[in-house]
Order: sequence, then structure tokens, then C-alpha cells
Amino acid sequence: MSDDLLTRRALLRVAMTGASVSVLAGCKVLDGLSAPDHRLRRFMERANDLTMAMQRGLLDRDALAQEFQPADIRQPQRPNGVTNPQDDAYLALKSNAFADYRLQVGGMVHQPLSLSLAQLQAMPVRRQITRHDCVEGWSCIAEWAGVPLAHVLGLAGVRSGARYVLFHCFDTIERSLSGAIRYYETIDLVDARHPQTILAWGMNGAALPVPNGAPIRVRIERQLGYKMAKYIRAIELIDDFSTIGRGRGGYWEDRGYDWYAGI
Amino acid sequence: MNTPVSPGPLVRRHTRITRITHWTWAICLFFLLLTGLQIFNAHPVLYWGDQSGFDFDNTVFWIGSEDGRGFIQLFDVRLSGLGIFGASDGSLRAFPHWATIPSSTDLATGRVIHFFFAWIFVVTLLAWFVGAVVAGRLRRDLLMRRTHWVRLGADLVAHVRFRFRHGTRYGPLQRLSYGLVLFVLFPLMVLTGLAMSPGANAAAPWLPEMLGGRQSARTLHFGAAAALSGFFVVHVVMVVLAGPLNEMRAMVTGYYRADAGEKGDV
Repeated sequence: MSDDLLTRRALLRVAMTGASVSVLAGCKVLDGLSAPDHRLRRFMERANDLTMAMQRGLLDRDALAQEFQPADIRQPQRPNGVTNPQDDAYLALKSNAFADYRLQVGGMVHQPLSLSLAQLQAMPVRRQITRHDCVEGWSCIAEWAGVPLAHVLGLAGVRSGARYVLFHCFDTIERSLSGAIRYYETIDLVDARHPQTILAWGMNGAALPVPNGAPIRVRIERQLGYKMAKYIRAIELIDDFSTIGRGRGGYWEDRGYDWYAGI
Repeated sequence: MNTPVSPGPLVRRHTRITRITHWTWAICLFFLLLTGLQIFNAHPVLYWGDQSGFDFDNTVFWIGSEDGRGFIQLFDVRLSGLGIFGASDGSLRAFPHWATIPSSTDLATGRVIHFFFAWIFVVTLLAWFVGAVVAGRLRRDLLMRRTHWVRLGADLVAHVRFRFRHGTRYGPLQRLSYGLVLFVLFPLMVLTGLAMSPGANAAAPWLPEMLGGRQSARTLHFGAAAALSGFFVVHVVMVVLAGPLNEMRAMVTGYYRADAGEKGDV
């Protein structure tokens, strides 16, 4: 009987050691297979296309993200990424309370626009209390006020063939050998024309604070935080983003994050 | 103490579908767990409610560090300096390098691999549910009948004493634990996962609401993963103790050596 027990213990020990060694080795081996340009990595990334197709297929085009009550605003909106841009153009505008700010709307539009903050604030306002979900995992509820992007796109007139809205930002998020890398993002026209997609100039009943993207940031409530560009300088309608940045449609996308961030 | 020595009949225990789904889920759960720990590491705090309390306290679980010493905290109970959680191998990270895929800090890649295997897991799970219901396998193999509930206590005692019955069908404890994994933990993983998706939230706002909010769903997702990890450890230990070669043969080829006296037909 004791022999039997010993055998079992030995077996158990061998099994456990084997399992832990394979886990240790497995993780290191997998690092190479999941490197940015590996074929396996690119194959696995296609699960994101499936997620997008499924969510777009199941979701009503205008299905709204959950909205909350004023009592749910229990803390300031937690900022992330760049929170205090030091770019000259931005600092100049900030010093004057963004009085000289002009949002440029161009690219594949019939009528390019140049809109001051006052003009944007005079447009139809949508207010929404929504939950901001960061890709890191945390959530924070705040009230946002701004003009629906669909309204601005309507004024400019989107030319046929345009597929994406590109947000150019003021803030330098990284300095590389080839110069400053500024934040940018792209969304498709479905999200651009969604009723809750707004160019926000206000937050929690006040002007949009600098850490949260003053003077203008975009809210895209059915996706994660990194899609919602802050410090927006210009909006450009484009049909292809493969020649911009590293060609994946956004600063974080260029660094391996999925373009569709609805999950 | 020991199991009967006299060999019984070789029975066909697991169908091909059971064997394929078993190993598919095993591979999926391996990647889902280790990429899940990578994703958790990006913000190693769990909360209860819709949002994360930065200016108020709704923290449930937390892995962090203080003065270079790692700690793990559940509600108000804190354990420090274990060398695994919060600080390991000279770096400050919630779960150590050896427990995450990729081994370095890489949330983007962790998410890519996580969702890839999540899709395989979900599709296999749905196919299995439909197939098992249609074939009437659930009633035969997993349903806890009155007689199983009656024998559950004795079966539990037998397992604790390492005394295993090698039957042609699952015993009460097997039915209960496999049933909990398949019908409670697996669906809970999928639902809490979907409840964290802002896109899925717009389609089904009742889902995060039902689970107590998005951050509660994240907490439950982690809890269910911990429960599945616990199941995995016990499962492997049981396989090793009950006769690893016989058990592995059954899950690979389908054929299982039952105890003498067990019926050979399935």
C-alpha cells in the first residue's frame, strides 16, 4: 500500500513538474509567434474582423450605448494618454482660451469648413451621460456635451467614395527618430454618423478640461477609449488609411491594437 | 485503499464529439487564461458596479506593490511579500512573466490572442450544446437524477479517500462537477466577457445590468476564471490518481477499462 502511495506521489510530482515546465516554455515560445509581423499574429488578428461583422450584423445601426443618471457621476473623468500637450500650436491656442481655435474639416467633402469653438457650441447640442471604457479595463461615467459629428459632416457634405473619418490631433504622444508622432484615429461612417458620436466641448457641466482633450474631443460610445481622439485639430474624410502612419488606422492600432474597438 | 486489480471490460466511454471538444476547450482555456492574466495586468484592480472607483471605494480585489513589495488584497485582507503577486523577478507586475502570454507586458497582443481563442471556444461550446441536446446525451451522461443526489455524499467521501469507481458512466460527483463547468462556469465566462464589450452593451444593455454593471462583470469574469483554474487542478489530480494512462486513453481513443463487474455495453 505504501508503495502504491509513493508511486502516486511520484506520478503527481512528474505531472506537476511537466505541466509547469511546459507552461514556462510555452510562454517564451509563443512570444515569437505573436510578434507584430508574424503570419500567425496576422491570422489571429482576423478574429477582430469577425467580431466587427458580428456586432455590426446584430446591432441596430443606431443602437445607443447605455446612458446613465446624473447621480452616477461620482468622480471626475479619469484622463489617460497625453494629458497636457506641450506642442507650440496647442500652447498658443490654450493661452487664449482657444479663442483662435479653428476646427478644419476637409478631405473628401464638397465644402471644406473652418469652425471656431463658438460656432461649434452654437450648433445643435447633444448631452449624454455615458460610461467610458478604457482598453486597460477600467470604466468611468461622465456627462458629455457636444455637436453630433453627423451634423458637421452634413454641413461639409461627404463626397461619395469617402469611407473613413480621420482625426488629426495637436498632441505629440511619442518622439521618434523621424520626428514627433502625433495622435490620430480613424472611424468608419457608420460610427461617424451614430447619434451619440459627438464632437464634445463640454464635460460634467463645464468646458472640456485640458486633460480630457480641450477644446474638442470625439465621443464614440460603442467603442473603447483609445478610439476617442482628444485635442482634435482637423477632421479629414478619406477612403483609405493604409498610407497614414504605419497604415493600421490609428496611433494605438499602429502599435498592435485592433482597429475595431467594440470589444 | 486501492482500486480493484482484476481488469474489467474495455468500454467505449467518450464519443468522438466529446473527445474533440474536450481537447479544443483545453487548448482554448490554456490561452484564454494566460492572455487573460496579461489583460488583467494592464489594470490589476477589480471593482463592483458600473465604474471603477478612483475617488470612491468599490474595490473588491487588487494586486499591487508598496515600496517594491508586492501584495494581493481581497476586500480588506492583504497578503504581502509572496514573491509572485505584485512583484516578481525584480519587476513590478501583478502576475509574473511565466503566467502571462506574451511573457512581457503587451496588452495588444494579449487581446488579439484572447479574442481569437474566445471565438473558437464560443463556437465549439454552441455546437456542443446543440449536438448534445439533440443526441440526448445530456440526460444520459450529465443529468443529476435522484439516485445521483442520494449517492453524492458517499461518492465525495470515496474521492477524498482516493477510492475511485471506474464505471461505464459518470458517477454523481463527476456529473455535478462537469455539469457546473459546462452549464454554469462556461456560460458565465462568455456572458461576463460579452458584458465588458461596449459594442455588445449597446445591443444588450440588460446584460451588464443583470450582472451588476460592467466592472462587476469584469470581477465575475476573473472569479469564474479562478474557479475554472481550480477545477483544472483538481481534474488533473483526479486523472493522475484514478489511473492516468487509462483516463488519457479514454479521452484520446474513447476506450476505457472499467472495473470488473461493470457492464461492457454503453
